[in-house]
Parts: sequence; C-alpha cells; structure tokens
Amino acid sequence: MTRNSIIISGVMLLVFGFIYADTFTKEDVIRWQKEFDAAAKYGRQLWENSASFKLGTNNVACAQCHPNATNTHPETYPKFQKQLGRVVSLAEMVNWCIINPLEGKPLKLDSKEMVALLAYIHSERRGVKLAPGKH
Amino acid sequence: MSRDISRRTFLGRSALGAAAALLPVTLVNVVFGQKKGGAAQKAKAAGDKTDFTFAYISDAHIQQISGNKFVRNWDQGLKRAVAEANLLIPRPDFVMFGGDLGQLGKKEELDHGAEIMSACKYKTHYVMGEHDFYLDMGACWEKLFGKQYYSFDHKGVHFIVLNSILTYDSWNKKWPSAMERMVQMAGLDNPLGSPFMVGEAQRKWLAADLAKVDKNVPVILFSHSPIQKIYKGWNFWTEDAEKVQALLKPFKKVTVIYGHVHQIQYNQIGNISFNSVMATAWPWPYPQSYALAKSSLPVLTVPMNRADPFFERDATGWQFIDVNSGKVAANYLLTDNENRTVKYNRKTGRPEDVKYQNKRTAAQEHY
Repeated sequence: MTRNSIIISGVMLLVFGFIYADTFTKEDVIRWQKEFDAAAKYGRQLWENSASFKLGTNNVACAQCHPNATNTHPETYPKFQKQLGRVVSLAEMVNWCIINPLEGKPLKLDSKEMVALLAYIHSERRGVKLAPGKH
Repeated sequence: MSRDISRRTFLGRSALGAAAALLPVTLVNVVFGQKKGGAAQKAKAAGDKTDFTFAYISDAHIQQISGNKFVRNWDQGLKRAVAEANLLIPRPDFVMFGGDLGQLGKKEELDHGAEIMSACKYKTHYVMGEHDFYLDMGACWEKLFGKQYYSFDHKGVHFIVLNSILTYDSWNKKWPSAMERMVQMAGLDNPLGSPFMVGEAQRKWLAADLAKVDKNVPVILFSHSPIQKIYKGWNFWTEDAEKVQALLKPFKKVTVIYGHVHQIQYNQIGNISFNSVMATAWPWPYPQSYALAKSSLPVLTVPMNRADPFFERDATGWQFIDVNSGKVAANYLLTDNENRTVKYNRKTGRPEDVKYQNKRTAAQEHY
C-alpha cells in the first residue's frame, strides 16, 4: 500500500466513521422482524379472505382446506411432487392450489402476495425440522 | 351368504378403485338380509333386534359464488354421495345428513343443498351444523328440515339428534351483523370463534327424553360436533361433552356419530362408542398436523390416508352404517381411495378398523 492510499484510507475512515456493512442494532432486528410479521399477517388475510383479494374466482379460501396452514408441509420443499413428476418449490404448489381449487390465475413467484402467503405458511410451521424432499 | 361376507365383498370390490369405477354402477350391489335359521333363533333368544343399515352423508358445504352459481367441487361431492346412496341394495332404512349443508347459512345455499338432497330416494333426517346456523340462528334450516333437536325410534333402537353447535349468547350478540357472526364462526381456525355446546335447555330435554327409554335399548346419538374433546382450536370439541356423556352413561349400548371433522375418527369412552363421518366437500388435516398447538386425537383412531389434492374427491366420501344388535359398523365409502370399515368389536369393547387397527401404513401418517 502506498503512503498516499494509507492517507486516503485514513481520511475516509474519519469522514465515514463507524459505518460497517454488517453492523446492526437491536432496534434494527426488531424492525426487520416487524417487516416479516407484517408480510405473514398479510399472508393470513389472503389465506382467510382469498376471495376479497381475488386470489381465485369461486369464493373458495385457502383456509377452508388448510386451517392454520396445516397440510402444506413447507419444511419438505423443494421436493419431488409425484403428481407433477419433478422437483418443485412450495410456491409452485401454492399456485397449483390457486389455479385448481380456487379456479384463479397463478401469482408471480416474486409478487408481494406470493411472498406473504409463504411467510404465513412458514410462520405457522415454526420449530419444525427441515426435511427437504420428504413425502 | 351371511351379511358379513357379502358386505366384505362390496367393500372389496369398491376398494379396487379404478376397477370398480369401470363396473356399471348397477353391478355394485350389497346382498344381505335377515339372519336365517339357527342364527335367527339364536339372535332372538339373545334379545337381539333386527339388523339394519342406514346411510350417512355429511358436510356438503354448498357454497354460493353469486346468483345461481355455486362452487362446482362441493356440488359434485354431494351429488355423487346422493347418487351412490341411491344405488345401495338392499335399500338403507333411512339417510342421515350430518350438518353443514351450506357454507354461510344462506337461503340460496340451503335451498340448493336441499334440492340436491331431494334426489335421495329415502326418508332423510337432518342434523344442524354451524355453517347452517349462525346467519339466522337456524330459521331457514328449520323451515326446510324441521326441529333442531328431536328423537325417533327405529327397529328397537332409540335415535337422538342434537344441535351441538350452540354457543354463548354473549358471543352471538357481539357482532355488528348476522353475516359477520356467520363468517366468524365459519372460519375453522378463527381465534375469534367460540366453543360449541349442547347447552342447558337441550340437556334438560335430553334427560327427559332418555327417562322414557329402557336402559337395555340401544341408543344412537347424532351430533354435528364430537361430543368429546379433541382440539378446541378447531372446535373438534363440545364444551359440555362430559355432561352429555353423563346422561348417556346408564345405557348399555350407546353410540355417538358426528360430522364436522371431515376425517375418520373413532373412540371409546366408558360405555360410549364414537364414530365420525366423512365430508362430501373436502378433507381436513388431523389436528396433530398443527405443530404449534396441543391436541388429543383418540389413540384408538387409525387415521385415513393423507389426501392427494390432485384427486379432487380424495379423502371425501359418505358412509353406510350397519346396526348389528344395537352396535355400529361404519363403512366409509371413500371416493378415490380405499374404503374403510370401523366396526364395534364385542371382544375388546371398542370400535376398531377391521383391517388396519394393528397394521398402520405410511399413508396414514399425518404430520
């Protein structure tokens, strides 16, 4: 390292002080958790009131067959879905349900709604060991 | 041919699934009848009454989309059950409908459900479900089907129908509208719901009704919710279950048959055998599948197979119930899956699956 670059680095350090890429505070963690909780809460609303959010076209709600998001088994995905003959993600199965029992159009995989549904499903399955591929 | 063997033949044929589906439906017969010769004399000497069969259809959840459009999936479940029940030979003595004919208790839903049920060729008795009730507290249902609780006698068995899905008055009155109340109760996992109960007035009626019945007469009680406590979070539960059980305790042969749970359950508590019935609409997960809560599925229950959502009717169905000397064999006719029979075992004194009681399969594991 040249003398100049050391000086420049020193100046930069003085100017930008204590900013480091992965430093965070307790407040940050609380805020981020709140962001997740808000997504899961929105997911629960979509789950219960699927019709008012126009997930489907026939008034059927996710919660009718999956109370508390049970029988979704998020811990087992991705897995070989025998009915489809390939390894799929949970999001694809969510869309399968939206297309079939709910008679709706699939969500974009990175849409706010899909992410919220996944957040809700996972939040109801806290503490269950990951078991990717399990049937 | 004895009743048992011919019944097994029927179930065996149906269990072939695809093969059975290829048979002309008129060939799917059950041939059984009265006990003959020595068996009949023996039964008469033992004080047995005539054996008979009734069909049980439940939880149709007919759901209006708008106008004259209804959810096709649920409509098909009920239509199929009615069509199949009509094919039972010999004819069942009557049909029970176990509650939740509608989804939100609307006149349109109950009317449409009643119309589908009108294709049923037999005398039909109805049980009230919460989905039929909480919009107008059962008014529309009563006009169609009569009293919310009642009893009748048939071939030496005393049958009782209860409305077990009542709840606290304070809860009923807390909602801004009737539809809001209905929607809140319709959500199975809704923490703002309220526990089911038979209630004091009905228990008083039940005590008076039972007072007229000889203690040796078999009693079969129909309710929508289980008159036992399995999981409160989803109202697999009746708040005053123990009080109702106490009223049934003096009787020698008692069976409670309930809907609501959309899955096979059975249990034995003291003198009382419990059998659930399937939904025609959709299956529900077993409560142990909810990892964040504690529940108590009866240990006796061998669960039904885990549902395959790609088969629309899988884990739905209906049942015909054989009453044999006052105790019950529930024959579950499971569309798109292997049929099951849960029969009271006189040796062990409890209902048992005739095939899987001590031989569970991987597909019966729920998690």
